[in-house]
Amino acid sequence: MPVAETEKILLNMGPQHPATHGVLRVILELRGETVLGVEPDIGFLHRGIEKIAENLTYTQILPYTDRLDYVAAPAWNLAYCEAVEKLMGIEVPERAKYIRTIMAEISRISSHLIGVGTHALDIGAMTVFIYCFRERELTLDLFEHATGSRMLTNFCRIGGVMADLSDEFLKRAREFVDIFPTRMKDYEDLLTENRIWLKRTKNVAVITADEGLNLSLNGPNIRGSGVKWDIRKAEPYAAYDKMDFDIAVQYDGDAYARYLVRLEEMRQANRIVDQGLKNLPDGEIQAKVPRVIKPPKGEVYVRTEAPKGEAGFYIESDGTNKPYRLKIRTPSFANLESLPMMAKGGLVADVVTAIGSIDIVLGEIDR
Amino acid sequence: MQPLIVETIFVLVKIVAVLAVVLLMVAYMTYMERKVIGHMQVRLGPMRVGPHGLLQPIADGLKLILKEDIIPAEADKWVFRLAPVMCLVPALVIYAVIPFDANFVIADINIGILYILSISSLGIYGIVMAGWASNNKYSLMGGFRSAGQMISYEIFLGFSIIGPIMLAGSMNLTEIVKAQEGVWFIFLQPLAFVIYLIAGTAETNRVPFDLPEAESELVAGFHTEYSGMRFAYFFLAEYANMLVVSALATILFLGGWRIPFISSLDIPVAILMILHISAFIFKMLLFMFIFMWLRATYPRFRYDQLMGIGWKVMFPLAIFNIAATGIIYYFVM
Repeated sequence: MPVAETEKILLNMGPQHPATHGVLRVILELRGETVLGVEPDIGFLHRGIEKIAENLTYTQILPYTDRLDYVAAPAWNLAYCEAVEKLMGIEVPERAKYIRTIMAEISRISSHLIGVGTHALDIGAMTVFIYCFRERELTLDLFEHATGSRMLTNFCRIGGVMADLSDEFLKRAREFVDIFPTRMKDYEDLLTENRIWLKRTKNVAVITADEGLNLSLNGPNIRGSGVKWDIRKAEPYAAYDKMDFDIAVQYDGDAYARYLVRLEEMRQANRIVDQGLKNLPDGEIQAKVPRVIKPPKGEVYVRTEAPKGEAGFYIESDGTNKPYRLKIRTPSFANLESLPMMAKGGLVADVVTAIGSIDIVLGEIDR
Repeated sequence: MQPLIVETIFVLVKIVAVLAVVLLMVAYMTYMERKVIGHMQVRLGPMRVGPHGLLQPIADGLKLILKEDIIPAEADKWVFRLAPVMCLVPALVIYAVIPFDANFVIADINIGILYILSISSLGIYGIVMAGWASNNKYSLMGGFRSAGQMISYEIFLGFSIIGPIMLAGSMNLTEIVKAQEGVWFIFLQPLAFVIYLIAGTAETNRVPFDLPEAESELVAGFHTEYSGMRFAYFFLAEYANMLVVSALATILFLGGWRIPFISSLDIPVAILMILHISAFIFKMLLFMFIFMWLRATYPRFRYDQLMGIGWKVMFPLAIFNIAATGIIYYFVM
C-alpha cells in the first residue's frame, strides 16, 4: 500500500534573524515540522583578524582580541597576553595576576548573563532577559571603572595590566559580589522550576559526552554532558591555582543541563571574585618588559577557559616584532559543529533552543 | 411612530457610546501593556509622548496611518484587504450583547452566549485569510497554526462556559449576572474559571500560547506582510479579543457589574449605573492585567505541547466539570 510521503524542504534561517545571536545563517532541511539536517553557514562577520595580526606588532594586536568575543573582552585580553608572555618567558607580578583573574571572572559572569538572558528571550521569557541585563549593567560599570571602556576593554598589557584598580572599583566590586547571589535568585525563581521552561529545555538538544568530545564541544556545553573538564583546574594560569572554586557539571546533556551549568558557573565566578578582592596582594602591576616586544624564534599554544569554552592562541614568532602567524582557536567555532547533532530529529522550535543553549557569539566564530 | 424613533435614537446613542469607549480602551490597552510589562521589568515604559507617555497610542496610530500601504505583488488584493477587517469587526460586534449594567445593554437577547461564541469563531476566518492572501508559504503555515490553536481552544472555552450557564439556567447574559446575586460563580465553579482563563489566553494568542506570532520563531506569523494601518488592525483585533474575553469572564465568574454591598443599597438609578459600569470596567481591567502579567512572566509553549495540553488536559477537565456540576446541582436542588 503506498504511503503518503511529505517532501523535504529547505528552509533558510537567514543572517538577519532575531534568534541567531548574530549574523549566523542556518539552512534547515525539514520534513514537515521535523528537522532532518542543519547546516550552519558562517563568515558574515569575518574581518581577517589573523591576517591583520601578521602586520602588527604584538602590542598593537591587543585591541583586536577584544573584538573576538566582544561580550567578555577582558578574558580574551588575558588569553592573548598569557600566550605572548609564555613565548617571551615573562613572569607577571602577583598583583597583576589577581587583577586579571578578577576581571576575567567578572567577564565570565557578564557573558553568562547574556547567554542565559538571550536563551530565555528566544524561548519567550522576556523578563529574565531584562533582569540579566540589569545585572550586566553593573558589570559594565565595573569594567568602565577599571579600564575606561564598558565593553571593549583592552585591559591587559604584555607583562601586566593597564592600570591599577581604584578604590572606587574595589568598593563597587565588593557591593556587586554581595548583591549578585540575591539577584540570581530572580532568574532561578522565574525559570528553574517553571513547567514551561522544563518542557522547552529538558531532553531538548541532547548531546552525550562521547558525541560532544568527538565534535570538540567545550566550555559549559561539555560540562553539561558530564565531562568535568575545566582548564582553570587542569592547567592553571593567572591566579587560579590560588583560588578555591568548584567545577559546575551536569549529566543530562540537554539544554536544561547547560542552563544549570551556566547558573552554577556564575555563582562560582562570584566566589572567585570575592576571594580575589579579599586576598589582593600589594605589588607591581606590570613586569619589566622590553620596550619593543621581540619574542625569540619559536611557537607556543596557550589555552585558557574563556566564558564560552577553550580560548587558545597559537603564536609562531620568527624573531621580529610582528608575529609570523597568529592562530586563534575559538570555542564557539567548535561548539557550532555540534548544532546539527543536537537539532536533528527535533522540531523546528527546538533549533532555536539549541542555538541559544550553545551560547555562540559570531565575533568568535568568524574572526 | 414616536416611540419607535425614540427607541432607535436611544439604541444609536448606546452603540456610539459603547463603540467609542471600547475603541479608546483598545487603543489604550497597548499603552497599559507597555507600562505594566515595563514596570515588571524594572523599567518605565513610554514616558516621553505626553505626560508619562499617555499620548503614546495616539502617536502610534498617527504614525501607522501615515505609513506607505504595501501590498505584496502576487497577493490576492481583495482578500488581503479584507482579512484585517474580518479580524477586528467580529471582536467589536460582540459588544452588542454585553450588559454593562442591568439596564444598559444594546441588544438583550436570550441566546447571548451562543451569539458570542459564533461571532468569535468568525474572527478565525480573518487569520486564515491573512495567511493565505500574503502569498508567502511561511505566513500561510503561521496562519494555519494560529487557526488550529484558536479553533481547539474555543472548544474548551465553550465547554468551560457551560458550568455557569447551568448554574444560571439561561444563556441571557443579564440573567447570568442576576443569578450571581448571592455568590459569584468563581466560588462555585473554580475549575471552570481556571479552564476559561487558560482557554481565553490561548484563544487570543497570548503568552504562553503565542508561538504562531512569536518574533523569535522561524515563521514570522500570518501578519508578516502587513504594514501600516492594516497591521495595526490585527494588533487592535488582538486587544479587542482580549477585552471580550475579559468582559465575558467578569460576566460569567465575577458577577458582572455587581458590587458586593453597594448594589443592594437604595441609591438613585443614575449614580448606581455609573458605579456599576465603573465596577465592570475595573473587573475587565483586572483580567487584562492578568494577561499582561502572564506575558511578562512565562516562556512560550512549543506548538505540539500547546495542542497536547489542550486536548489531553483541558478537554477532559472541562467535561469533568460539566458532569460534576450537573450531578451536584441535581442533588442540591
